[in-house]
Amino acid sequence: MQYSQKHLLGIKDLSKEDILAVLNAADSFKVYTQRDIKKVPTLRGRTIINMFFEPSTRTRTSFEIAGKRMSADVINIAGSSSSIVKGETLIDTVKNLEAMNCDILIIRHNEAGAAELAARYLKNPVINAGDGYHEHPTQALLDLMTIRDHKQTLEGLKVTIVGDIAHSRVARSNIYAMRTLGMDVSVVGPPTMIPVDIEKMGVKVFYNLEKGIQEADVIMMLRIQMERQNKTFFPTLREYSNLFGLNLEKLKKAKKDVLILHPGPVNRGVEISPDVINGPHSVILNQVTNGVAIRMALMYLLLGLNDETVN
Amino acid sequence: MNPVILNSQQISRAISRIAHEIVEKNSGCDGLALVGIRTRGVPFAKRLQAKIKSIENVTLQLGILDITLYRDDMKTGRSHPEIGSTEIPFPIEKTKIVLCDDVLFTGRTIRAAIDELMDFGRPAGVQLATLIDRGHRELPIRPDYVGKNIPTNKSQRIEVKLKEEDGEDQVVLVDNPQ
Amino acid sequence: MKLLIKNGRVIDPASGINEERDVVVEKGKISSIEKKGSVPEDGFKIIDAQGCIVAPGFIDMHVHFREPGFEYKETIESGAESAAAGGFTTVAVMPNTNPVNDVRSITEMIVNIAKTKAIVNVLPIAAITKGLKGETLTEMADLKNAGAVAFSDDGMPVSSNEIMRRALEYSHMLDLPLIQHSEIKDLTKGGCMNEGFVSTELGLGGMPREAEDIMVYRDISLLPRTKGRLHVAHISSGNSVDLVRQAKAKGLPVTCEVAPHHFILTDECVRGYDTNTKMSPPLREQWDIDAIKEGLRDDTIDIIATDHAPHDTVDKEVEYANACFGIVGLETALPLTLKLVDEGVLTLEKAVEKLTLTPAQIFDLDKGTLKPGSVADVVIFNPETAYKINAADFKSKSKNTPFDGWDVKGQIVHTIVQGKIVYSNS
Repeated sequence: MQYSQKHLLGIKDLSKEDILAVLNAADSFKVYTQRDIKKVPTLRGRTIINMFFEPSTRTRTSFEIAGKRMSADVINIAGSSSSIVKGETLIDTVKNLEAMNCDILIIRHNEAGAAELAARYLKNPVINAGDGYHEHPTQALLDLMTIRDHKQTLEGLKVTIVGDIAHSRVARSNIYAMRTLGMDVSVVGPPTMIPVDIEKMGVKVFYNLEKGIQEADVIMMLRIQMERQNKTFFPTLREYSNLFGLNLEKLKKAKKDVLILHPGPVNRGVEISPDVINGPHSVILNQVTNGVAIRMALMYLLLGLNDETVN
Repeated sequence: MNPVILNSQQISRAISRIAHEIVEKNSGCDGLALVGIRTRGVPFAKRLQAKIKSIENVTLQLGILDITLYRDDMKTGRSHPEIGSTEIPFPIEKTKIVLCDDVLFTGRTIRAAIDELMDFGRPAGVQLATLIDRGHRELPIRPDYVGKNIPTNKSQRIEVKLKEEDGEDQVVLVDNPQ
Repeated sequence: MKLLIKNGRVIDPASGINEERDVVVEKGKISSIEKKGSVPEDGFKIIDAQGCIVAPGFIDMHVHFREPGFEYKETIESGAESAAAGGFTTVAVMPNTNPVNDVRSITEMIVNIAKTKAIVNVLPIAAITKGLKGETLTEMADLKNAGAVAFSDDGMPVSSNEIMRRALEYSHMLDLPLIQHSEIKDLTKGGCMNEGFVSTELGLGGMPREAEDIMVYRDISLLPRTKGRLHVAHISSGNSVDLVRQAKAKGLPVTCEVAPHHFILTDECVRGYDTNTKMSPPLREQWDIDAIKEGLRDDTIDIIATDHAPHDTVDKEVEYANACFGIVGLETALPLTLKLVDEGVLTLEKAVEKLTLTPAQIFDLDKGTLKPGSVADVVIFNPETAYKINAADFKSKSKNTPFDGWDVKGQIVHTIVQGKIVYSNS
């Protein structure tokens, strides 16, 4: 399996082969992250820039650890200190970084299309760590890896994604990835949070949680985005939680060996009850472990690429 | 037709001899482990393991090493191979490791393998068993156990086929490969 | 100087001429339109319009020339050059400048700059409300007196129902149309493209067409009582076209315009996040384009107006959501409009009419015709010349267009204002 893209801007650009290439490579990386010396020398001396315009401890740390475990030099740039605040455009910032010869740019931004904009101006690979509501491809890849760890196969599995789908890049990326791999995807949420025409992405829509998770193999809970919350989308957290919060009682509708995933951070008691998070179905921590392996694999695949194999 | 250097029976005898040499040189099987380098070093190591079991009635520990991440040619920009899994299911500390590979050529693969082993732990020692030594070393690496020495030109290629991977046992010398 | 425009096909909707004729221009006016080849050539500067159409100079009632305040994007001077290159001899500039054109002094300033620096006619449109804030009416009578040909808050809608009512009522005594940028702002909050499947996939905030439809309906509803005149700017929604059609059927004084990008591009172009696909109202769906073409065909849509909105790279080469809305349009209007002719949506004569006679009629301008005695504002264009659009060659200061590199047909050969050639394609 070969990874054929120059960048990782979105799952929508990836073929089934591309996705499997990343997953297979990531499986191999796991071994290294579990021994005492967690580094491999493969990207020794390369420079990886982590440019995060949106706050994120978890994803940024995961990318940082991944890069360092590949023996690369990882530099973190936070949005507020990066001169964007002084009025420097994204493009100027990116061009400056290119002038300093960075090998990979990882970018998280609160506007859709930012990663694509950066990639237009950078000759080296760009990894999209989340651009507005658009895509968060590494999240989808680590989610798939986690599901595969437990279920061995992916094709034909029934997955339900629950939450604020309209404002979720995790949902979009996962839907693309899962549909490409032949998985059956449903989304659940209040009508105000289900985006227009989402059925055209090949998913079923439910406004009722129990119906949506009927016989599900995998349930993915999304964080109710309090920082992006526009109060007009639902009346109160209380009502949301009553209708769409996952607890052990409602979970009975899913398959007995259902997996619970969550991109984190979790709003305990809102979208998911503590006994579910702490229970045997939850693989949330596995997601985090796999996140590092996926990101290591991507760095390896993007930097080892022959120019001729790129589109 | 490309000349056959070793046929099935010759491969079998070479492996048998190497197995005896390993046990002899290490005065038995204590503290010894085999590590096969992907891809064909692995069936080679497994056969050595089986042979040693039949000689000494001891099953040596067996590890699998994928050296892709330790290669020194990442920056040549060639399209990179898939990484296979690495499995070292035993502690490296204080163990004598016999690295097993099918062909010894420049020595760079072995250098990568030694570096990777060291990142797993500190072995008591590392020995090298190779089915074919074709010369042209670019690093100061030397084998402890050799199936057959075959002088070659740099442009030629040694093709090792093992039943487990290729359906038959045969070592072939290929002239002017593509 | 006497001009003789020979061998061209004269299309003058006002006089119903659509055949090969020769046009005589003297002292800045159309002297006469004669039988082809019947005018002796001596004493004239000859323009050979072989293979070309000779029409009244195009009129664009919706452009933004950014002066005063945003001169780095465009000035009245550069905008006029751009207009001339596009075959436009008259344009009307929107008041969303800085300061806003909401007082006499700014209107007069624009008129004066136009008089001295602009090679085409530049007419001011004054604001409906002070500062475009939608709170208090401007001194409309004074502004009309200073030269304003219409009123608009374009850039912004007049959101307040009461203010729009009063504005329509008040403008009735001035007999000038109010041009409305129809957008219910709280429906488009956070939006930067059409709300639809593409916006779902791209994760961009949507601007649903209802935001336009509702305001169009509101404004039309206010017409009977207020007796004001409404002109719907840059119509983009199929529903709005329908509403205008129904209102016209009832005899209400409503007119509307469409910009070329709204009958050429859909929101699918936004994929890839090229900010030259970002404008307000946004590019919509095929269904809307089909309704707009039907509206052009049955004259529900009266005129074509480019909404020429120049922006510098500083404003556009940013994240999609942060980019300014708008694209330039003067220098791409002709080839794009001719596509409608190619598709059979409009005849060439109708296309010319919507760019000349009809805008002149709606806004009561003494233009848009080649009738003898009228000012010699003429455009000569070759509808068959094939070429590639090259934004770098635009006369406008700004190059923000999604049509760069397009292979098109239809090129301006000469633009003539008051009998003087102000643009020639070399």
